[in-house]
Amino acid sequence: MKIVVCIKQVPDTKGGVKFNPDGTLDRGAMLTIMNPDDKAGLEAALRLKDQYGAEVTVVTMGLPKAEEVLREAMAMGADKGVLVTDRVLGGADTWATSTTLAGAIRNLEYDLIITGRQAIDGDTAQVGPQISEHLNIPVISYAQNIKIEGDSVIVERQYEDRYHVLKAKMPCLITALSELNEPRYMTPGGIFDAYKQEITVWGRADLKDVDDSNLGLKGSPTKIAKASDKVRKGAGEKVTLDPDESVSYIVDKLKVKHVI
Amino acid sequence: MDFTLSKEHEMARALFKEFAEKEVKPLAQEVDETETFPRETVEKMAKLGFLGIPVPKEYGGQGCDPLTYVMCVEELSKVCGTTGVIVSAHTSLCCDPILTYGTDEQKQKYLIPLAKGEKLGAFGLTEPGAGTDAQGQQTKAVLDGDEWVLNGSKCFITNGKEADVYVIFAITGTVEKRGRMQKEISAFIVEKGTPGFTFGTKEKKMGIRGSSTYELIFTDCRIPRENLLGQQGKGFNIAMHTLDGGRIGIAAQALGLAEGALETTIAYVKERKQFGRTIGAFQNTQFQLADMATKVEAAQLLVYKAAMKKAEYASNPKISYSVEAAKAKLYAAEVAMEVTTKAVQLHGGYGYIREYDVERMMRDAKITEIYEGTSEVQRMVISGALLK
Repeated sequence: MKIVVCIKQVPDTKGGVKFNPDGTLDRGAMLTIMNPDDKAGLEAALRLKDQYGAEVTVVTMGLPKAEEVLREAMAMGADKGVLVTDRVLGGADTWATSTTLAGAIRNLEYDLIITGRQAIDGDTAQVGPQISEHLNIPVISYAQNIKIEGDSVIVERQYEDRYHVLKAKMPCLITALSELNEPRYMTPGGIFDAYKQEITVWGRADLKDVDDSNLGLKGSPTKIAKASDKVRKGAGEKVTLDPDESVSYIVDKLKVKHVI
Repeated sequence: MDFTLSKEHEMARALFKEFAEKEVKPLAQEVDETETFPRETVEKMAKLGFLGIPVPKEYGGQGCDPLTYVMCVEELSKVCGTTGVIVSAHTSLCCDPILTYGTDEQKQKYLIPLAKGEKLGAFGLTEPGAGTDAQGQQTKAVLDGDEWVLNGSKCFITNGKEADVYVIFAITGTVEKRGRMQKEISAFIVEKGTPGFTFGTKEKKMGIRGSSTYELIFTDCRIPRENLLGQQGKGFNIAMHTLDGGRIGIAAQALGLAEGALETTIAYVKERKQFGRTIGAFQNTQFQLADMATKVEAAQLLVYKAAMKKAEYASNPKISYSVEAAKAKLYAAEVAMEVTTKAVQLHGGYGYIREYDVERMMRDAKITEIYEGTSEVQRMVISGALLK
């Protein structure tokens, strides 16, 4: 089985968010992490690899520095990495991004494509389903459990108050939730091995069956008028305690903060 | 000279840091308070290969360099000195001598499960009458047919009761050296569960209270002849060489403790208010922090340099890293003691309270000036090389 996992390097929300003058994110200037939903998608792929045997290829589109997130995925156990990077692809919205990723994936063999449900920087949840449209394959979104049965995949799709069990013939695309699993850690040896491996780097010229008018900032129907960082508040802390315990807990906290 | 870490090392550090923050830090206070060996954490580390970082892949390890291993002990110790020393004693004092001196059969039988973390390792050199003076050993090993028979005891053994495989030193005879009769010391691999191998009292310690520190007792303990590690009579050299590596691990533990105390203190002085200002706004605090940070970084450079020297040794065994290891341990341990003490002082009364991490860090730091060669021994090693 061959699995392609789309991952994205996103700003670490613990660090500051910086913008370009055109309102897009200044990705080069921010601390970054692997998007949490994508990481869950990767973990799901790696578990399928552990259980059924599979070759896992991770694909990302981004700045050359996005190579880091591919190395991280490979240090977790992915077999191959593909970086799609080109100046003309910059500033892409979900349409241009999904067009680009589909153009890259057309060069790869796959039975299953897994993407995260959505990225924490855009929160659109559009790229995964759009890729499936471009590639003309079925999509099952919001996966909370994935099983393989013959040439089909059986997925529990999370819903607000229930879940749906859906079966689809492969190849198909699944979008994963960060609640799907607890992603594994890298291993020290895995990190050094990941840096010894070659990463495939593709530019515009390597994308298959895509039109320039659908790529980059120019090919993006979405125009950002203005973007701003939200006013930061403390993350807060939730605890569930009895009333008596709550009082002493709060008093302790206030003491630690030297309020009382 | 390039002081920039490679991307691989940066990523490895990020891994160790994430693991330490998520899996180790939440347990650190309880581990200390209840003197509990963090077995579950050790199992998690085993799964991730943290117990065989510098061991070659062919022997079940991760195949990384000593620097990666050092960063692991450093990051673990930033949040929990106990967890740091468990990894250090296992890796430096048990895996390393078997890797360096073991036969291929010994490596297959012992090193592979140790490096995979299926088994935990320990090292027994110290005896009630033989600490810094390793020649004061009393434990004896006598060859009887195809077995060595061990009699004696070892004390203050880290990972004591939790380990499965022990590298043990014992007298196997006497030899004449420069006209004087000296004890001939040899090294052995002893498995837990061997008849005649029992445990004495568990030590109640000032710091690193979750690490399992026990007395090991050997009473007519018979081990197979092939469990002699290295050549007969070379035990003293094996012990000293092993401790050179061990000192880098302890230096990393000391470094981590100092860094942890510094980070905790920086966060504290930004919050704690006195006289209407955060205490970080006072110049005394600022100058103390400046001194602490400078010393911590100097310690880090010495520790990393020693690790790099050990890496060189892997490709050229003629190189010695003994002096580098001694300098790293001497300095990092003294910095750990100084920085954790200052951290407690900057925390004021709260620093003396068990709820605050710096209280534990100061207690944990003290041992780094004592075990695997006291600071005085490190000074002997360093000056000995200067005056050779």
